[in-house]
Amino acid sequence: MTTATSKPEVGRGTVAEKEKWLRAYRQMVSIRLFEEQVNEVYTRALMPGLAHLYSGEEAVAVGICEALRIDDYITSTHRGHGHCLAKGASPDRMFAELLGKEAGYCRGKGGSMHIADPATGNLGANAIVGGSVGIATGAAFAAKNLGTDRVAICFFGEGALGQGSLYEVMNLAQLWKLPVIYVCENNLYNEYTRYQETTAGTILGRATAFGIEAMSVDGQDVRAVNEVATRLVKRARAGVGPAFLQCDTYRYSGHHVGDINREYYRSKQEEQLWKTDRDPILVLAKWLIDQSYADAASLDRITAEVRATMESAVKFAIAAPYPNVDEVEKHVYA
Amino acid sequence: MPEREITFAQAVREALAEEMRRDARVCIIGEDVAEAGTPFKVLSGLVEEFGARRVVDTPISEAGFTGVAVGAAMTGLRPVVDIMFGDFITLTMDQMVNQAAKAHYMSGGHWKVPMVMRTTLGATRRSAAQHSQSLHAWFSHVPGLKVVLPSTPYDAKGLLKAAIRDENPVVFFEDKMMYKLKGPVPEDDYTIPLGVADVKRAGDDITLVATSSMVQVALGAAIMLEKEGLSAEVVDPRTTWPLDEKTLIDSAKKTSRVIVLDEGYGRYGVTAELAAVIAEGAFYDLDAPVKRMGAMHVPIPFSPPLEDATVPTEQTVFEAVRLMCKPA
Ligand SMILES: Cc1ncc(C[n+]2csc(CCOP(=O)(O)OP(=O)(O)O)c2C)c(N)n1
Repeated sequence: MTTATSKPEVGRGTVAEKEKWLRAYRQMVSIRLFEEQVNEVYTRALMPGLAHLYSGEEAVAVGICEALRIDDYITSTHRGHGHCLAKGASPDRMFAELLGKEAGYCRGKGGSMHIADPATGNLGANAIVGGSVGIATGAAFAAKNLGTDRVAICFFGEGALGQGSLYEVMNLAQLWKLPVIYVCENNLYNEYTRYQETTAGTILGRATAFGIEAMSVDGQDVRAVNEVATRLVKRARAGVGPAFLQCDTYRYSGHHVGDINREYYRSKQEEQLWKTDRDPILVLAKWLIDQSYADAASLDRITAEVRATMESAVKFAIAAPYPNVDEVEKHVYA
Repeated sequence: MPEREITFAQAVREALAEEMRRDARVCIIGEDVAEAGTPFKVLSGLVEEFGARRVVDTPISEAGFTGVAVGAAMTGLRPVVDIMFGDFITLTMDQMVNQAAKAHYMSGGHWKVPMVMRTTLGATRRSAAQHSQSLHAWFSHVPGLKVVLPSTPYDAKGLLKAAIRDENPVVFFEDKMMYKLKGPVPEDDYTIPLGVADVKRAGDDITLVATSSMVQVALGAAIMLEKEGLSAEVVDPRTTWPLDEKTLIDSAKKTSRVIVLDEGYGRYGVTAELAAVIAEGAFYDLDAPVKRMGAMHVPIPFSPPLEDATVPTEQTVFEAVRLMCKPA
């Protein structure tokens, strides 16, 4: 058994509260600047393939993962960098993976859409839309069966609501009262199609049909996300059962780094509005300053530190060697 | 003391029970696996011994509970998933092919998926096109999966125990027409390594490479051939992957004639692969092209005379051998 403990709940106005939200701020900035570098590396043609950036959605991953222990599980998606970083992945090994280098989390064999790391409970990002709903539910099944009190978080985009397997496993999870939380990141678009065109009825109605505790939250407000996540995680850990959390959010960039001209499916004004009015980093920054937990200069310092970390992570990854070709036949079987 | 004889179904059950006693992480997940013991009654009695926590009845959600097994296998359990009819593996394809088969590789060796999927194959049960297929070629095609095809009660017990102890996703196909077949099975704990073929009958004139249900057909044909003065060797690969190429090729070199028998579809199927392996490995020792016999390339029909025409029988194998060894 691991000895990991829950992150302590913090009282209002305490040093612990200040530290918690400054940590969350740093995490969100890390994700934002990580993705900035990904785009940069892609543009400089240094990255094989594509990547799906998480910028704009940082409060979801950070708000949820701040409510977890290191030994809790997550499953992630094609848009997974944020989840992996928030769960504790290190940027240098992530970049190495994105560049297909041996130092990467998957020895270069997974790439952007398959970052996985047992040390941080990351069961893997998944390039099949809805592909990990079974795995997350299975991790919760094992936790319950083995008598641990681990919780599994299943991140997916609202596009996965179209996959039937989600409804199969939600039914199982509720029947068996499994400690799994389905986190639906509603960023409004399934690739290049507005979700209203693909989604009949309501999102929450899908979970409540099974009697699953379901709610939605402003996914741009990390404190709101964390507050509800903390409650749902506690509930799952206590054996009460699964939950479904809809996080309303927005992706700032294209569906992937190559999706540049987007006006046929969404307007520049819409993008701009989310960035100016509802940016998760600005929202938290304002709160931190209002609470006198930080000032503009101290927040700038955090950003500068994070930027330096990301730049050196990229340098590390670029300099790192590719795997030897004989690696190709390794790990087909355990 | 005469050796104990039990049925194929009892051998499967005994393997599961022994492994569940040996290892508390082994659990069974599937439809009607608990009190009902499955429609084939293969699992009868297990829930009584191991309880509902380890013999878990599920809703009719093959994709869902197979996915759950993948996740549970990654995080500490050793699930044995029950897919009632092999035809229903179609519903589990993403979980098996894109998730279970790839998690180890994609994670650079960090995650493992030690799970078994047990399912069935085989026609002639008058069950028509959606309950009669032998689709093991599908999984045999996918790197990361292992595929087991037991043909006797003895092999069923030893191979299933090995499959459960394997660190990889293993698919175990049971011929549903064989559940009542009796054979000697030791009461002790033994395993048969995956990837080791078995010469079921030694012979000199022709090699019949046969899998699963076709092993009994080949053995029956061999007895008929004996009366014709023809000595057939029957080789059972036992697993399509890993594949014991050497034993197949050695036998082909010895007899110089080969027919490959498998109940799946011949086109792009297991027989095609085995024939290719033998042709590549024994070409200069062969006196005739390798022949393939499998299910006809049609959906399995319901009407008995039609259904019976779709699969090789002792008679059709006998005739094929005679034609190959004693051309008119
Ligand atoms: C099974 C499957 N179908 C289609 C795709 C192609 N695809 C990749 S991402 C995507 C859209 C996903 O939308 P959503 O789940 O809302 O996630 P988002 O990209 O918005 O984060 C599609 C259709 C896929 N990867 N897997």
